[in-house]
Amino acid sequence: MIKACKDANEALARFKDLFVKPVFSGFILKGDFTVKSLVCLKQVPDTETQIKVMPDGSGIVTDGIKYVINPYDEFSVEEALRIKEKMKAGDVTILGLGPDRVVEAIRTALAMGADKGIHVSDDALLQADPYCVAEVLAAVAKQTEFDIIFCGHRAIDDDLGETGAILAELLQIPQVTLVTKIEVAADKKSVTCERDVEGGKEVVESPLPCVVTSQKGLNEPRYASLPGIMKAKKKPVDKKSLGDLGVTIEAKLKCANFTMPPERKAGQKFEGMEPADVAKTVVGLLRTEAKVI
Amino acid sequence: MSKVLIYGEVKSGKLKKSAFELASEGRRIADALGGEVGAVLIGPDTEKYAAELAKYGVDKVFLVDGPVLETYNSEYFAQAMAGVIKEKNSEIVLFSHSMQGKDLAPRTAAKLGTAVIADCVSFRLDGTTLVGRRPMYAGKCFSEWSATGTPQIASARPNVLETAEVAKAGAVEKITVEIDSSRATYSTKELNLDTSGKVDLTEAEIIVSGGRGMGGNDYTLLEEMAGTLGSRATVGASRAAVDAGWRSHSDQVGQTGKTVTPNLYIACGISGSIQHLAGMGSSKVIVAINKDTEAPIFTKADYGIVGDLFKILPEFNKELKALLSE
Repeated sequence: MIKACKDANEALARFKDLFVKPVFSGFILKGDFTVKSLVCLKQVPDTETQIKVMPDGSGIVTDGIKYVINPYDEFSVEEALRIKEKMKAGDVTILGLGPDRVVEAIRTALAMGADKGIHVSDDALLQADPYCVAEVLAAVAKQTEFDIIFCGHRAIDDDLGETGAILAELLQIPQVTLVTKIEVAADKKSVTCERDVEGGKEVVESPLPCVVTSQKGLNEPRYASLPGIMKAKKKPVDKKSLGDLGVTIEAKLKCANFTMPPERKAGQKFEGMEPADVAKTVVGLLRTEAKVI
Repeated sequence: MSKVLIYGEVKSGKLKKSAFELASEGRRIADALGGEVGAVLIGPDTEKYAAELAKYGVDKVFLVDGPVLETYNSEYFAQAMAGVIKEKNSEIVLFSHSMQGKDLAPRTAAKLGTAVIADCVSFRLDGTTLVGRRPMYAGKCFSEWSATGTPQIASARPNVLETAEVAKAGAVEKITVEIDSSRATYSTKELNLDTSGKVDLTEAEIIVSGGRGMGGNDYTLLEEMAGTLGSRATVGASRAAVDAGWRSHSDQVGQTGKTVTPNLYIACGISGSIQHLAGMGSSKVIVAINKDTEAPIFTKADYGIVGDLFKILPEFNKELKALLSE
């Protein structure tokens, strides 16, 4: 069990400021048990946000926006916690990039039960493209121990949906995208995942470490409990800058000319008509006027 | 050299329609820049698709095959794709923003040190720079994206770009790409495809969608109507219906589900929350059936019917059947 000792020692080293009691180290030394998850988390405007574009088209108006954890990242947090609970031990680290408000999102994930947070804050990250974001995530990952890196399959703000795959490539590890089910093997060397493919599902087995991107259907995320929220306040959130990570980023993509979608106006409305009449009328219009059937 | 390169996706022994959309768009771009369009087909026995691609303006079809390329795998296919892009010095590369494209395009791009201008609904050229217009926030706004270097890699939303037949040679060239199969990747254990021939929401031309107003998981009325409308029609659902467990997650239309752009979207018992309207607001024609005359969906609907969907849908289906059997 050389690997077990090695893992336990590494786990101890990483937990040293959190768990100093010898009784805990005794527990840790019992075997190879931990699944270390690194959960990448993005903070995005709530889905009920009315997006408005700035008059000069340079971006969106951010005043008054309510920010939440990207829903797909919430599935990631939940899944990492469930794996930890199922394995009876483990470690869930939340990694967030962006301005100071991102700490709220990290704290929410800590309140759900994650162990610690890493917040990379740097002005250079404002409007960073997925490649740059992945470079930063990769730099953190290289300094962190992990078995599974979770990313949402996309963030519901820019909707690009590519950071997870780029991160996997930068780390030269497998990607398993659009995942709706995960089972960690008993030996903790692989995961079996169910993933969405066009018109169906695929079951794949990936060696660890790997990047998993979460899709809706993976789980139902829990709410943070009050004790959870209290505990989260004391959990460590490590703040890093790009300088600390030794990363310089260079934009691969740029965006401009933000516009609102073409205004859609209400068309004809049919009220108080007999079902048979209204059906005949509308079906007729779909053929003759709209020409879609 | 192929200035523009497209990835031709094959599903169930057929080229996907998106391949023709990409070929047509690639042709338009290449004509404007003065260059050739190449198409990449990966896997065994793909030469048979070359002639179809030629019809849509592809000058050269590059075939890559090898022992690990029999079934799709992100790592191996990305190596193959990146190999062709490097060998052909392609400046612009187009993928479909399909399930497979979402998996393959970014991995390919990362191998070449760049990112993907993903999910574009239109393209234009600014000099030699490709500019992709794409929705953000599920369509609540749009913006224009470009790459800062080459290759410029983009993906296009399926079903949006117009196909145009322009006959070109479609000359076949087999390309050998050395695939490093020692790189860690997953292995596929099972593939469970829906064999009913049901079209995916993102590629459907007609969507009959049900929401909270369905009152339960019985979607028979909607299934029947989709059946009447043919193989390009499918059934969708709102977040409320999915969260209630009435429909599968893969059926969800909206900001946390799928953004769809069918020719016809029929919203049944869907009130029209902001996140739902974002996800289907780009549909060409919207029909809404709802008993609440104040439902926000009516502000977006081309044809709004106020009434009981359980009474209207059977009549609607009857009318459709009569019309489509003519």
